[in-house]
Order: sequence, then structure tokens, then C-alpha cells
Amino acid sequence: MVRAFALVAALVSAAPLWAAPEGQEAVTTFTLQNGMDVVVIEDHRAPVVQQMVWYRAGSADEPVGASGVAHFLEHLLFKATDTMEAGELSATVAANGGTDNAFTSYDYTAYFQRVAADRLELMMRMEADRMRNIRLTERDIETERDVILEERNQRTENNPRALFGEQMDAAQFLNHRYGVPVIGWKHEMETLDMQDALSFYRTYYAPNNAILIVTGDVEPEAVRTLAETYYGVIPANPDLPERFRSQEPPQTAARRLTFKDARVAQPYVHRSYLAPERDAGAQETAAALYLLAELLGGGTTSYMNEKLQFDSQTAIYTGAFYNGLSLDDTTFDMIVVPAQGVSLTQAEAAMDKVLVDFISEGVDADDLERIKMQLRAALIYERDNVDGIGNRYGAALASGLTIADVQAWPDVLQAVTGDDIIAAARAVLRPEASVTGWLTNVEEVTQ
Amino acid sequence: MRAFVAALTVLVLALPAWAEVKIQEVTSPQGHNAWLVEDHSIPFTALEIWFRGGTSLDAPSKRGATYLMTGLIEEGAGDLDARAYARRLEELAASFGFDVSDDTLTISTQFLTENRDQVIDLLRTTLHAPRFDPDAINRVRAQVLSGLRSDQTDPHRIAGASMSEAVYGEHPYATEGKGTIDSVSALTRDDIVTAFRGAIARDRVYVGAVGDISAEELSVLLDQLLSDLPEKGVPIPNRAQVTIPGPVRVVDFDTPQSVALFVQQGIDRSDPDFFTAYILNHIIGGGGFESRLMQEVREKRGLTYGVYSYLLPRELASVYMGSVASANDKIAEAVSVIRDVWRDVAVNGVTAKELEDAKTYLTGAYPLRFDGNGRIANILAGMQIQGLPIDYIATRNDQVNAVTLEEINAFAAGFLDPEGLSFTVVGKPVGLEGTN
Repeated sequence: MVRAFALVAALVSAAPLWAAPEGQEAVTTFTLQNGMDVVVIEDHRAPVVQQMVWYRAGSADEPVGASGVAHFLEHLLFKATDTMEAGELSATVAANGGTDNAFTSYDYTAYFQRVAADRLELMMRMEADRMRNIRLTERDIETERDVILEERNQRTENNPRALFGEQMDAAQFLNHRYGVPVIGWKHEMETLDMQDALSFYRTYYAPNNAILIVTGDVEPEAVRTLAETYYGVIPANPDLPERFRSQEPPQTAARRLTFKDARVAQPYVHRSYLAPERDAGAQETAAALYLLAELLGGGTTSYMNEKLQFDSQTAIYTGAFYNGLSLDDTTFDMIVVPAQGVSLTQAEAAMDKVLVDFISEGVDADDLERIKMQLRAALIYERDNVDGIGNRYGAALASGLTIADVQAWPDVLQAVTGDDIIAAARAVLRPEASVTGWLTNVEEVTQ
Repeated sequence: MRAFVAALTVLVLALPAWAEVKIQEVTSPQGHNAWLVEDHSIPFTALEIWFRGGTSLDAPSKRGATYLMTGLIEEGAGDLDARAYARRLEELAASFGFDVSDDTLTISTQFLTENRDQVIDLLRTTLHAPRFDPDAINRVRAQVLSGLRSDQTDPHRIAGASMSEAVYGEHPYATEGKGTIDSVSALTRDDIVTAFRGAIARDRVYVGAVGDISAEELSVLLDQLLSDLPEKGVPIPNRAQVTIPGPVRVVDFDTPQSVALFVQQGIDRSDPDFFTAYILNHIIGGGGFESRLMQEVREKRGLTYGVYSYLLPRELASVYMGSVASANDKIAEAVSVIRDVWRDVAVNGVTAKELEDAKTYLTGAYPLRFDGNGRIANILAGMQIQGLPIDYIATRNDQVNAVTLEEINAFAAGFLDPEGLSFTVVGKPVGLEGTN
């Protein structure tokens, strides 16, 4: 795990205006005097720019009892400031032909606008304004709280798979806030008030807790000048807390749960394991886990697919997932959706057997090489979408990694061996650190 | 929104600089056409191959055949069975995507310049010798059936299916292109082969290419891919008769949040008033937070997370639709507010400010679409299948700007049908009674 102060120190000591080698994405990074990190990624093919501001504050940074406040505040940032009316920022973006939105996750909250390149200054002026100057009314709080409750209805209450996922996370994390949903528990969302929102805002919305990512048809020096003008003048928050969440104790007991809902038409088994995340300067295990997920359940040619869909018709879908972009320990996940006539007991047994067999057989060298080759090709395709590259940098920097880590990641992946992957699987896929969940309907259980 | 401060107004009036999108029309020696935008800055090409027709081509007793067939194209071709085919694609670091809607079957590909010849060879085999192996048919059929079972408990799907059935009568649009559990279960390999031969033909193909490829290279590739395809596919069905059902229909389903779709008569893409309708919809519910519907239903009343409207001008019928989701005890108010918005715009029209803001947004946002090889290739194929001229991109914003306040308000008065706007609500809505 990496704390925020280590990240800031690393960025400050890095030489400003680092430019990528020829043939890679043109990335320039620097840090403003108030501690705000800036990443510029150029693509001059179309006169379009995207500005993103990422705050190193997400749902896992919320106070106990106020779950959902990070996301609630994200909504409220579209209300009034000292100089803008409620809704004016979005209206101005739209009137300039642009689009804007925002998103919240466990470790970050991010705001973005995509607009013609010559409108960047206007975007920066407005985004900088709402970093410190929002002015909320009680009416804003009441109406927008209803909106996020409807959002929870839409995303979660109306979707048994999402409700099941919440229970899985809650069982997986014994002591860490990743066990609480980003959108919040409903009963706590209902009590969120002005004080909750403003307290989170004043604590975390400051330049020394923010990352500016500008992608598209821009010159780094021009971005620097604008960033200094609009963001550089905002004082750092000297009381920004060190980023520390309560950590997981050793996990020593396998957990299992069954979520029943009459709306479930297709039952499935979901297994999650507590897994380490990408750490600054130490991404090797995460890289091995990433490739493990690809080999095991990444696509048509994956091991689970071969065994459970081609060699036998046990499943109609299988998958393995690992996303190492996380500030603290994350999860490695597997899913098996059984074929008609295959029970969840059989599906789970098949999943367990596949895991054991994969580890004992070892990694097929051709399979690994094919995936590595696709990763190399992905670096070429990715240049067609600099906004996507910007997203990657933003999520990484907000999750405790450095620019150097982001840029080293492709090489770290290429260096992983089959033995590394098996070693990571043995170390991480331990039953006592796992949760096994069944999603099913009431009918099946009573049969 | 109020007027912006003076400094912003200047920026608003200055239109953004245009991306230069130079489209070449390429005709191969054997007479195949494609639209091309060359861009050699990244060593890959995005190639879109679209076939007019889609799931509406299904024979009445074979509903779901085109959908299942589309899912099977990537399950092996020539000497390669499904597994070998997937490995081959991975080795070439290429991506092939096969998708189908009511009106169109689309093939979306991306490939590196260094592997182009091998990828085109694989794509040619795919289009000419798909295997449709029995084990693959059963495997993919099981996936489709699972999806169909899930759709039966998905409130959005339930609403869509119920509304389509009521609106389109006996037309293919009335039923789900994925088919039903019974119809898909009964499909044979012969049905799949027949669906493929009926859909993949030269009389209905449109090609868009963008990236690291010259006109000459594309021309050779077109002949390789298309020359040996059948000349004609099966006929496109007739147009659908659109019937708008009663003002509120309720489908009982036990879930906390009701999902509603709403519909009224629409407008064809080729109608001279299409741009007027397009701008009108943007103001009503097509845009972001500024639309009338978002302001009234979400921003002022907190009744929903999202409410939208959209013109749906399909090949064989046009409707004007929208969607909203609200808690069971709030959906009645949401429905009422949406109908009020319809009524208000029909009677009082939109304001000059709304029209100006919509024009500025639509004309400013348009060039921002052309910012990636895949996205541009998609637009090129889409323009051709819609029958738009090759200079459309240069004239499109002028057509938006030409719409006047008098025109849009006269049009709104005739077009919007507040009392006839038909809601299909799925859930346990409180205080809403179905009328038919």
C-alpha cells in the first residue's frame, strides 16, 4: 500500500516535462507549486480536448455512517458556485458543443469535459471555480438526495446481480471500506445532509489532492500556462489528511453466501479472493495476477472456457477478472454461469477442479505469448483514443501509483513468466481468503 | 439557464475549428464501392462492412435465425474450428466484431498494418466459408436462450417487448430479433445457413475504412472480400404500420422502481422536417441536464436519475420514444410531468434561447465525433446505408442552422401529441391505471 504523501514526493522529485520516447504516446507531466499534478497527452489529429480533474478521494475515504457522500458530493458539484448558477457549468459546456460528466469510485472522484480544443481555458476556469467555491441550498440537498436514491434504485435495487455483488463485497472485506458500496447503503444515503457533503468537500477538494489530465489537441506549455492561471492560484489545503483506511486483518475463514431473488432468471456462482493491488515500484505480483486472469478466464481461448464450454458443456459463460488499480487490497474474481441442467453445486465443483488442474499443469507457453503479443498490439490501438490513455493515468495516479509505474507497466507485464503466474496463483487463490456466492431464484431453492 | 456573461458569449459565437475529414470514394476494379479516410499516423486500419437487412429478414417461423447466425460467424471458418479460429485472431492481434440490429448486420474490424494480408485472408474465409458446426450452434444457442430467460425478468426488456408488440402488429419489428425460447430452440443448421446466405450479399453491402491504408490497397481488398459473395440476398420486408396504443399501459412486475417507455408517431430520416424534429427532440429530452425533461423531472423534482427522449427513424418505421425510471410511488408523478412538458412545448413552443443553445450544441458537438479511426469508419458506413451524400459532413451544420423559431414551433404544434403519448410502465406503480 502506498500513501498519498509518498506519491506527491515522487512526482515532485521527477524531472518536470518528462516526454515519452518516440513512437509512444506523447505524455508530458509536471506538478504545480500548490501540489496539483498535471498530465498532458497529445493527439493532434482532431481539434478536440478533454479535461479531467481527479480527486484522490472516493467512497473508501468517507466517514463511517455517511456512505455515499463522495458520490452525493459529485452530484452537488453541478450546482451553484459564487459565480455560476446551478447547472450553468453543464449548460455552458453544452452551449459550446461539448459534453461533461463525472464519476465516483472507491479511490477517486473525477470530473471531465470534452470540447473543441479552443475552449480549454473556459473549461479550466469553471472547473477551478468549483474546486473551492460551491454554494449549496437546502433545496439542492433534498432534491439531489432523491436523485441519488433513484440512481441506487436503477443501478442496484432493480438489479439482483448488483444486490448480490454488494453482499459479496461486504463478506469479502472484514474491515476495509471496500466492503461498502460506492453509491452507499440506502439507509445511510437517506440521512446524508449539507454538513456531510461540505465536510467531505472542504477536506478533500484541494489542488494538493487533485490531478489534472488534459488529452487531445493541446500543447503542453499552453496547458501549463492555463493551469497555473486557474488552478495554480488556489491555495493547497495544509490540513489534507494522510490517506489511510483501516486495513484487512489476516483472512482465515472461507465464507459462502446465497442470494435469492425471484427476479433471477440465470443463476451463477461467483468466487472472489482477497488479492494484492499494484503498488508503486512493485507491480510484479499484480502483473502476474492480471495475466492469470487472462489465461484462466479472459476470452474464448481461456483455460476455463476450454474446459467448461468446449471440452464439456458445463457452462454457458465463464470469466476471471482482476483489476490491480486500487489503493488497498483488491479482489481476484471468477464466475461460472452453468448450462441448463447443471446445478450450482456442480458448477462450483467444476470451477474448483479447473483451478487445481490449471495450477498443476502450469502455463502453456504459446497461450502466454499470444496474450503478450495482444498487449503489445493494444499499445498501438490505444493511440487511437487518447482519452482512454488519460483515464488510465488518472485512475493510476489516484490509486497510489506514479507516472513511472504507469509507464513501466507494459514492460512489467512482458517480463512475467509462466512460473511467476503459477506462484501468484498459489499465493493468492487461498480458500480461507475467499468468498463463494450463489445467485439464485427462490424457486430453485425450494425445488 | 440565464444569459451567460459577456466574455462567454464571445466564445459561444465563435464556432470551433473543423477537423478535416477528407472522404475518398473508392471503386474497385470489379465495381465494389467504399468510402475511405486515409490517416497514416497510427499503423492500423478500422474497416466496417455493413449489410442492410438485419433481424427483420427472419422468415416468420424462424424468428431469431439471423441473430443466432450472427453470433456463429466467429465460431469457425474454413479449416479452423471455433477454438483454432479464436487463436488465429489472437495471434494476428486483430479484432472482428459481428453484430446485428433490426435493420443492419455489421462487421467491425481493426487490424495492424503488418498483419493486414493475413487478416484479410481470414476475413475472406469467414465471409465465404463459415462452418456453423453443430457443437458451436448448440453452444451459442444455449447462450442466446440464457439471455432470453434473463430478458423475461428485466423490466427494461419487458417494457420494450410489450410496447413493440402493441405498436408494430404483425411486422417483424413487433417481436424481439433474438427470437423466443421456442423459436430459437427449434432452429436447425439449415436455418442458420439459409439466414447467412440471405443476409450476406453484394446488393446490400456498405464499406467504410479509416487508417493506414491507401485507396489502391483498399480497392484490392474489396475485391478479395466481396467479389465471390452472392449477388442478391432475400428481399427487405415492407414498411410497418405504426399504431400508438392507449395513454397508459401497466405491466405488473415485482420490483422497487418502475421502468417506463413512452412513444408517439415519429418522422423519417428522409423527411424534409427531419432536422427540425431533431433539434426539437434535443430541446425536449435529447441532450444532457439542460433538456426540458431533465430539468422538470430530475433537477426540479428529484423524481428520477435519468429521463430521455429520442427519435427512432428506422428503415421500415419511425417512432418518437423516451424512457424514465422512478420509484413505484413516484412514477405516476413522473408520467404526469412528462405529459405536461409535451403539452407545454406543443402549445407554447420552445424559446429563441433554447433554439440557439440547441443549434450551438449540435453544430459544435458534430465535429467532435470525428476523432478516432474506428469512430470515423462507423460514421462512413452509417452515412452510406442512410443514403446520405458524400459531402453531407460539410453541409450538415448548415441544415441545423437553417431551422427558424417559427418553423420549429409550427412543427412542434403539429408533431407532438401530448394526449396520445403512450406510456408502458413495468413495475408496481402506485396511482397509475392501465387504460388498455
